[in-house]
Amino acid sequence: MFQFVIRRLLQGVVLLLILSIALFLLMMNLGDPIATMGSGRALTRPEDRARLTRQLGLDKPIAVQYLYWLAGNDWTKVDSDGDGVPDKNGTRVGIVRGDFGTSLVTRKPVSEMIGERIPNTLILMVASEIITIVFALVIGIYSALRQYSVLDNFLTTLLFIGYSMPVFFVSLMSMYIFAVLFKKWGLPYLPTVGMFDPQIGKTLTQVLWHMVLPVTSLSVIYFAAYSRYIRSTMLEVMSQDYIRTARSKGLPRRQVVYVHALKNAALPIVTVIGLDLPFLLGGAVVTERIFAWPGMGRLFLDHLSRADVSVVMGILMLVAVAVVIFQIITDIFYAWLDPRIRYN
Amino acid sequence: MTASSSLSVPQLTDDLSTPPLTLGQLGWLRFRRHKMALFGGVTLILLLIFSIGGAFKYAEKYANFNDTAQRLKPPSVEHPFGTDSIGRDILARTIYGGQISLFIGFMAVLIETILGILVGAVAGYYGGAVDAILMRITEALLNIPTIFLLLVMAKFFGGKIPEIHIGARAFSGSVVVIVVIIGATSWMYLARIVRAEFLSWKEREFVLAARATGTSNLEIIFLHILPNTIAPIIVSSTLSVANAILAESYISFLGMGVQEPTATWGNMLDKSAKYLDTAPWLWFFPGMLILLTTLSINFVGDGLRDALDPRSRAI
Repeated sequence: MFQFVIRRLLQGVVLLLILSIALFLLMMNLGDPIATMGSGRALTRPEDRARLTRQLGLDKPIAVQYLYWLAGNDWTKVDSDGDGVPDKNGTRVGIVRGDFGTSLVTRKPVSEMIGERIPNTLILMVASEIITIVFALVIGIYSALRQYSVLDNFLTTLLFIGYSMPVFFVSLMSMYIFAVLFKKWGLPYLPTVGMFDPQIGKTLTQVLWHMVLPVTSLSVIYFAAYSRYIRSTMLEVMSQDYIRTARSKGLPRRQVVYVHALKNAALPIVTVIGLDLPFLLGGAVVTERIFAWPGMGRLFLDHLSRADVSVVMGILMLVAVAVVIFQIITDIFYAWLDPRIRYN
Repeated sequence: MTASSSLSVPQLTDDLSTPPLTLGQLGWLRFRRHKMALFGGVTLILLLIFSIGGAFKYAEKYANFNDTAQRLKPPSVEHPFGTDSIGRDILARTIYGGQISLFIGFMAVLIETILGILVGAVAGYYGGAVDAILMRITEALLNIPTIFLLLVMAKFFGGKIPEIHIGARAFSGSVVVIVVIIGATSWMYLARIVRAEFLSWKEREFVLAARATGTSNLEIIFLHILPNTIAPIIVSSTLSVANAILAESYISFLGMGVQEPTATWGNMLDKSAKYLDTAPWLWFFPGMLILLTTLSINFVGDGLRDALDPRSRAI
């Protein structure tokens, strides 16, 4: 098992290296970062532009820029005053040593900017993931046990609609019904944008209240996919011989379903959840945009449109690293759940 | 034989006298049993009639004609779906937007299918180092959420291709960009399916026989093995059309997709969130059409899976 983890980690490193090169190449055509940087003060003089370009190292060939991003530039002389002559040692230590670089837009360290957003994204995503899994288990198991009953047919159709629903449509509909219409009808209505009311401040109740609509919208989408999956795995397990054996020897139905069937059906479900979890880190780009939620997805969008390479790369690599790690964890967990699986 | 035939039940001889059903007929029989798939198919045809036939009622000039005196008008007899923030008729725009959205959906899947088959077939058939390299690339792409990849690529290729003129109509060049990037970011699952199929089919005797008679690798891949893997490919591609239409609507919704004045259902929704309370018809109609389209495609895909690929499991 130890060897397996080491091998997977090494494979993961190679994978991340390939991915980072490909993404870095894509970053080179995002637009002119100098045109959008700073707080509105446009650089009009061409010599200023040239100086800034040299100071930021944007005049270097792409391979050198990648190397600085990856491994830092503290081992070589860089042009710190932009006069065209390399004078001082660089200060960046590169992403492999934990330096995500500095944002061109805010001039703040990227790790700090991402660090501020991660909690916001995680409370939103983890809340919807938990709600999704709980409801999907209940509905999925119910549907599987009463296959083709009226309620099962109804739920299956409803889930299909949820599964096909664009997330922005769910969001806009729920905003319209629970905020706009409820307000019109004089009912208590839900807030639509932001994380808290600036006049009240960031209190727990405010954040929870603001979470209701985005979490509901996200859950509807994930929920449909998960419960369809749970229903079909449960159906498959319930038709196995050992379930018939368990039933015929007179075990209580409850025990057959929740111990014998669910434990075996859990295997593929765990895989799906494990592979989905790291993607939660990236946030929900569309949902965060609609509900003006200050999370990673919006950070990504805002800085992508301003060609802020270090922020965009930072977020992408963070998600990619999380995916690699969670894949390994899922594999280990899988072997623990199913002793028949051996990694050699 | 003669003795036993005189004993046989007449019914049986009747059965044998009707020709056996072809694979296509069997598939259709199974597909027909799936009521929702039939519903999806009919809805899809209606949507095609809506977006192609509607063009005969409303000219494209009318769809792009803006009259600021008529801005944000609620649905009425004159404008059945209302007007948008610069006074364009939303019904006409959903018709032309539907053409582009459906076009993007189908074309992107065409690219996706070609890429997926090529990568999957080559990796599965040749194996070894080729397989290892192709599968590492596939995994690397699967490591990034598709929406992020789409946005980065939309930015990378954005604003480069000039307007395209087909006949008297002009299309934003971004349509082509979106088709290519959706195709280029979605082939990975199909490639895995095709690879898995090829891994099992290439061990069969008929492949060995083909090789023994000196058939070239290309012929074995495309003429001998590929036809056997067509059922899962059709099912996966059908479901992909829904995903491609959703992907287009997401990037257009975020303002990085197809550019105005060319309408798509996705970019009609862009900025409509601002009019959430004052003009709900702005987002309701295009959103509803996207939902209907993806829903009916998913139903058809589900039905096709039952009909063509009954061994596989519905997920």
